[in-house]
Amino acid sequence: MILRFEDVGYTYHTLDGETEALKGLNFGISRGQFVSVIGPSGCGKSTILSLAAGLLTPSEGKVVRENAEFGYMLQRDALFPWRTVEANLFLPLEVKGKNTRMMRENALNLAEKYGLKDFLKKKPAELSGGMRQRVALIRTLAAQPDILLLDEPFSALDYQTRLEVCDDVQGIIKSEHKTALLVTHDISEAIALSDKVIVLSSRPAHVLAEHEIDFGGNNPKHRRECGQFAATFEKLREELGL
Amino acid sequence: MKNKNYSAAHAKFLKRNRVRGILINVTRFGLLALVFALWEICAQTELIDPFITSSPSRIAATAAQLYRDGDLFYHIGITLMETLAGFAIAVIVGYAVAVLLYMSDSIRKVFEPYIVVLNSLPKIALGPLIIIWMGTGYTAIIFMTVIVAIIVCIMNTLTGFLSVDKTMLTLMKAMGASKRATLVKLIIPASLPTLINTLKVAVGLSWIGSIMGEYIVSRAGLGYLIVYGGQVFKLDLVMTATIILCILAGGMYGIIALIEKKLTR
Repeated sequence: MILRFEDVGYTYHTLDGETEALKGLNFGISRGQFVSVIGPSGCGKSTILSLAAGLLTPSEGKVVRENAEFGYMLQRDALFPWRTVEANLFLPLEVKGKNTRMMRENALNLAEKYGLKDFLKKKPAELSGGMRQRVALIRTLAAQPDILLLDEPFSALDYQTRLEVCDDVQGIIKSEHKTALLVTHDISEAIALSDKVIVLSSRPAHVLAEHEIDFGGNNPKHRRECGQFAATFEKLREELGL
Repeated sequence: MKNKNYSAAHAKFLKRNRVRGILINVTRFGLLALVFALWEICAQTELIDPFITSSPSRIAATAAQLYRDGDLFYHIGITLMETLAGFAIAVIVGYAVAVLLYMSDSIRKVFEPYIVVLNSLPKIALGPLIIIWMGTGYTAIIFMTVIVAIIVCIMNTLTGFLSVDKTMLTLMKAMGASKRATLVKLIIPASLPTLINTLKVAVGLSWIGSIMGEYIVSRAGLGYLIVYGGQVFKLDLVMTATIILCILAGGMYGIIALIEKKLTR
């Protein structure tokens, strides 16, 4: 297990009072797995990512991490508009003090491998939404993380781009053999992309069910065409109480 | 400039745009020329009293006289020096203070009410104090310029810092960036447009500060010429100094606009 949540609870404190976001949360991710967490909106999904990355400390229980480097991908690409695509890719290297020739070359190789070569000298504003999200993914990968934390990275895209980008991102993550933890409220996205789907309850969130998904190979497109897709969708929908 | 082979329709569009630009410029300068011409004619024909209103020709003569006496560039130099020094200090110190206030929430909360009060205080009220503390030399005037401009510099810059995109901040945090790295890599470049705006506002305020300072104290400078001219009823001198001020302030604003163009391209 590269990451394990053991009886994790988390409570937010604000001046208006306290909110119990998570309680008794248990799950684990093995190396190379693509795991999705779905749950009703506002159930503390993003909190899970912050806890996983160590940005927050659990109020109860513990988050056990193997010695692993984390990469975060957010809802919006957050590319710096004053930097070129290339300079954006180097940002995590600069911030993490890994700005060596080797790391830069590695980042550029990734960019080339995934079709960003012609865009390196362009500003993000010149790119389409899907392309920008791809740059954001390569930026995350540039720092060579072991595990990617994806915080609804497709939700800001229009439907068509979204399908395209989510298959794209899954493909890149799989071919780079990275572990990924995706939080989303989109059931079909979770089924199409993941090896395992974790269903959360409403607040305070705990795990309602875990589903290993293995039909349709590792290809999101094939999976959506499978007969089991609709059945799984219905099952998850029921569990979420929708 | 991706494609030089424009269609006829596009060429027409470009031409119309260019003609419009030329027309606007011609009208602009025409308007100024018209005002000056009317002013001159009215003064010449004594429709208005040139002793009170002066006239373009009298202004030109006064400027030439000042130049012959070696006074013109002396007074311009003094005022320009005071304004630029005050401007530079206000912008640089203001920026540094804004960085400090940004770095610590607590410090910011402590100083917020003071800044708000200082901002609403009419700075000219400090005039007598400044004379007593700093004398009647140009340090007093530079000081006046700084206090007029600096508060707005601090507030503007800080607002710029605080309005940086939250997602980008989260991203930096998720990468484990230090406060310093966040400031250097994100906050400062992201707030560059605000800095330019601050410079533009500070130019205007610096001129207000330096001329106001010269009104209160001073023995030289354009503000001094205006006050002196008013006291001895030499309205030609007042008008001349005012026109020179217009040109200088416009020029300084133009330089900043040029810098903006260079930086944001």
